[in-house]
Amino acid sequence: MKTLVLLKMVPDVVEELEVAGDGASLSRDFLRLIINERDENALEQALILKERHQGTVTVVAPDAPEVDDVLYTALARGADRVVKVTGLEEGVGSAEATVTVAAALSSVAGLLPVDLILTGCQAIDDLDGLVGPLVAHQLGLPYVGIVTGLDVHPGGMGRCLREYPGGVRGSFELDLPAVVGIQGAEKPPRYVPIAKVRAAMTSGTIETVAGSPPGALPLRVVEMKKPEVAERAEMIAGGLDDIASRVCEILAGRGLL
Amino acid sequence: MPGAVWVIAEQWRGGLSEVTYELLALGRQIADDRGAALEAVLLGSGVVGLAESLGLADRVLYADSPAFAEPVGEVGSRALAALATERKPTVVLVPITNVSWDLVGLLPARLGVPLVNFCMDVAAVGDGLEARCLVFGGKMEVRAVPESEPVVIGVLPGARRADAGRSTKRPEVEPVAAPAPETCGVRLLGYEEPEAGDIDITQQEVLVSVGRGLQGQANLDLAEELAELLGGAVSASRPAVDMGWLPMTRQVGKSGMLVKPKLYIALGISGAPEHVEGMKDAALIVAVNTDPGAPIFNVAHYGVAEDLLEFVPVLIDKVKEHKS
Repeated sequence: MKTLVLLKMVPDVVEELEVAGDGASLSRDFLRLIINERDENALEQALILKERHQGTVTVVAPDAPEVDDVLYTALARGADRVVKVTGLEEGVGSAEATVTVAAALSSVAGLLPVDLILTGCQAIDDLDGLVGPLVAHQLGLPYVGIVTGLDVHPGGMGRCLREYPGGVRGSFELDLPAVVGIQGAEKPPRYVPIAKVRAAMTSGTIETVAGSPPGALPLRVVEMKKPEVAERAEMIAGGLDDIASRVCEILAGRGLL
Repeated sequence: MPGAVWVIAEQWRGGLSEVTYELLALGRQIADDRGAALEAVLLGSGVVGLAESLGLADRVLYADSPAFAEPVGEVGSRALAALATERKPTVVLVPITNVSWDLVGLLPARLGVPLVNFCMDVAAVGDGLEARCLVFGGKMEVRAVPESEPVVIGVLPGARRADAGRSTKRPEVEPVAAPAPETCGVRLLGYEEPEAGDIDITQQEVLVSVGRGLQGQANLDLAEELAELLGGAVSASRPAVDMGWLPMTRQVGKSGMLVKPKLYIALGISGAPEHVEGMKDAALIVAVNTDPGAPIFNVAHYGVAEDLLEFVPVLIDKVKEHKS
């Protein structure tokens, strides 16, 4: 079975985000990028399926700072090939990057056709497009998102569970090939020792393929700022003891203590 | 007159979602500002009755077919794309919920039109639109202008009050023929219900909710002790459930439960929009997070910018003191 995993890097929101001088994008000065968490789950699910059914896992990602580390880590975890799509400007929108990556897939030797394409069902920077649906549409494949369980049955049929509200999950049957937007894998992403990643950096290769961005941006961001809210929380400051006393007062005042 | 503003009405398990009315209130404003008609579009099976409850719309287009009984993105997006190609709406509002999420991505892809996602407000500006959207997990807000129309807009829950979207007026109701694909590669076989037997967090008056900041299951005792002292239960944000610290029945937010307790204490929860959606209507929200810029403080009434692992033990002692 051939599985393709699409990954992308997103800003690490644990770090402080700053607006750039243009007032409409993120400052790149201290920006730390990390793998989109749900994409990492998609990779894990692909590796689980490989262990269960054999086959290969190829990872494709648009070029970005730190992406090499993520791709070498993917090799160390068990991916067979990793490919980087170059030619995209930094800070390009999700839709343009996705369309570029999808178009570049056909220039990766021996990649298409695949049985499954897995990617995260959402990313925090998906302002103008979602990776899974865009790729599915471009390749003419069916799509299901918010998937938390996926397996492949003999005869080329996929089975997956998709989350609906209130803890309800829909059970789906999928004709393969298909694109699946992963929310969570069956298990948390596997740990791989740093020595193994270093070994992958020495012995592994990141293939590169040049993408041609389609150009036109359908959505123009005119301003970016930290959200202004009508009423922010009243912050309780002081020593831990004082804060705890104040919280108790508040709860007691509402009859909650 | 410009093309209509569409609201994709969300039906699931025989009823219309609250968010449908929120979108109607938003759509009404956009339509009025541009002098356009507001149309609600409803796909379902046996949904004429539901169509008539969408009175804030000028017109309700509904497609009634067993194929539309359950919300499946592949099916709905094909039908809606065909209908939109024929009717030419200029703006299509789709709710960002677990029911409609696949549509948010698939519909603009099929139509080849721009998507504006994570939107919390939209205003008509000149001949165009300007959207306010929350990105990077709620850490940044952007003003974004679609360069062309039609445009599909993914709208976050809470953009308007649902009450503002209800009307006793009977809308003009028009049955439409939307193509139901024979095969689309995706078949819903049925639903798996959440496991019963655990605590029902929607019935609790006090919830102590834990997130990634808890750092490990070993620290869950702290939250449990606090919850017990306050007569409540422990709930969780998505990461805490994904890491296996608590079962899915305790999850608050988009894929989990909508809760409205008297007291919600958020411990180590950053406040991503998917979580906030599930708890924003709690009567009193107290948040504890090391990051003073965390979005959770935008919805909390009181905030404590401390490490929960240091603060909660002190709070537990104080609560005990208070109670004795």
